[in-house]
Amino acid sequence: MNDELVAKIKANPNYQELVKKRTGFAVKLGIFVLVMFYSYILTIAFNPSILGTKTGDGVMTIAYPIGIAIIVISFITTLIYVAKANGEYEDLIEKVREDVKDEL
Amino acid sequence: MFKIFAILSVLAVALFAGGDATFEATKRELNIPAIIMFFIFIGGTLGITYWAARRTKSASDFYTAGGGISGFQNGMAIAGDYMSAASFLGISGLVYLKGYDGLVYAVGFLVGWPVILFLMAEKLRNLGKFTFADIAAYRLGQKEIRTLAAFGSLAVVTLYLIAQMVGSGKLIQVLFGLEYEYAVVLVGVMMIIYVTFGGMLATTWVQIIKAILLLSGVSFMGFMVLSHFGFSFEALATKAVEIHKDGQAIMEPGGLVSDPISAISLGLALMLGTAGLPHVLMRFFTVGNAKEARKSVVYATGFIGYFYLVIAIIGLGAIVFLNSPEGAKYFVDGKLFGGNNMAAIHLSHVVGGNVFLGFISAVAFATILAVVSGLTLAGASAISHDIYASVINTNATEEQEIRISKIAVIVIGIIGVLLGIAFEQQNIAFMVGLAFAIAASANFPILFLSIYWSRLTTRGAVIGGFIGLLTAVILVILGPTVWVSILHNEEAIFPYKYPALFSVTAAFVGIWFFSITDNSQRAKDEQKAFEAQSVRAETGFGAAGAVDH
Repeated sequence: MNDELVAKIKANPNYQELVKKRTGFAVKLGIFVLVMFYSYILTIAFNPSILGTKTGDGVMTIAYPIGIAIIVISFITTLIYVAKANGEYEDLIEKVREDVKDEL
Repeated sequence: MFKIFAILSVLAVALFAGGDATFEATKRELNIPAIIMFFIFIGGTLGITYWAARRTKSASDFYTAGGGISGFQNGMAIAGDYMSAASFLGISGLVYLKGYDGLVYAVGFLVGWPVILFLMAEKLRNLGKFTFADIAAYRLGQKEIRTLAAFGSLAVVTLYLIAQMVGSGKLIQVLFGLEYEYAVVLVGVMMIIYVTFGGMLATTWVQIIKAILLLSGVSFMGFMVLSHFGFSFEALATKAVEIHKDGQAIMEPGGLVSDPISAISLGLALMLGTAGLPHVLMRFFTVGNAKEARKSVVYATGFIGYFYLVIAIIGLGAIVFLNSPEGAKYFVDGKLFGGNNMAAIHLSHVVGGNVFLGFISAVAFATILAVVSGLTLAGASAISHDIYASVINTNATEEQEIRISKIAVIVIGIIGVLLGIAFEQQNIAFMVGLAFAIAASANFPILFLSIYWSRLTTRGAVIGGFIGLLTAVILVILGPTVWVSILHNEEAIFPYKYPALFSVTAAFVGIWFFSITDNSQRAKDEQKAFEAQSVRAETGFGAAGAVDH
């Protein structure tokens, strides 16, 4: 890719929309997962006994549902991102490709 | 092919000869169904290797199966890479031993995936060709970056390989009564055959088949365990707490990560390490485009997540069933036969009898073979693609490059066997933790900054990357695991088991400092090239495409 083409793609409104939307969304989801995971790890680090709180009269603690929820939520965020990336964002990439296809 | 069978028949003889020797010592019945299952797997996977060998012609075929694997297949294969012996045997063994701490590892191993996907997967796919060094070398100095990345890859591959080798040795020891050393050699030889003949195509298909079998096997085990408790997880946990010597403590975290620094450090290693594992990164190049790469991450995350949830049930099940009066036969001198990593294997015998034990053992063995094959291929690519063809002999032909790969496979195989024997007593999930620490500190910072930071220069990446790698390795050596457990010193010089917090920070600071102070013309050119790189990373224009099979 020569400098001219790079400049042209960067000036393309569809490209700008792609980068802005995708980066914004990825960063938001990424921060969400990081905050979730580190809240968990820091709880284990500084006060593990909180996770030992019982949910009822039996032996069950909140540690299990929380661990399981993190695994499930991680999967769901992955699914959400890919649905968006493979639909909306890929469409934008196609539009950019249309605009510059003669020079690619 | 004739050669393969010649080697195999020699092995088979060695297997049973060795089997007899320890048979006396341990007084264990030779498990015939297990051995039949085992040979079915060996035969089947060798068949795949033969098929793949005939289709593997170019370097692209050898490293990436020609990029013709679909998103679903690749997701299965990634899950296969991830659901390693360390995960299956190690995490179930941890739950068996310490209860909830095993699940902490599982959560950490899984939660790295979404972050990799959001921040790295498509950019890796768009920029790279065979190895992750391709990405960092896109605009930086080829020779320096590739040499460094190859060292990082090899360090990770070696540690991860040790974990798998230890798991396999223990497994075959239990299964056949074969001596540990013979078992490790057997795995080494099998792996060398798969990779040298079948390359990435064989490795991928062995991975996929094994992933399906492993998921079916653990589902059955989880089902059988829960069926004894009316499908109530609570009832299972109640019984486990009643039986386990730590009682209620197994229901909360505690034993493994005793201080805050260790916990944060372990969390960092697990999360960032996933993004720096060379054999996983390679999997983004076996699919046709970024769209398929993303899909494969969704499938992988789903399968891996499910797998870990079932593993938690299996671990608790092992506590209950192995510590019951009927479980006494799995203990020798008060210790679980084959070590705590074998908890899941013994449990399979309890819930499914000899035939199911045979199935699970054969699947676990196939698991180890598939994972070590993937690892070895990643290590060999680092040597042949990044060091040989890009640094030592830049005019190398594809044939020469592939030949070097195959030699590298053999050498890595031998090293893996020797280290597997030396590290026999280590918990394998813990060894994987160390591999992650190095991946997180040496590989991840360079990858991440080369994608996102325009001011990165070769000098910064090389110096900072080496600082990260060295810090991680030195802290591991000076830490409790190597310094105390292996070298038998009184007290560790570095007090923490997990160095990632310090080594990742050192790498980032090093890369940043030596980049911003670099005022050479070359640095300016490299920073300028970021524009073109970012366009390609975002769109995939000009990326290597798929090949039809």
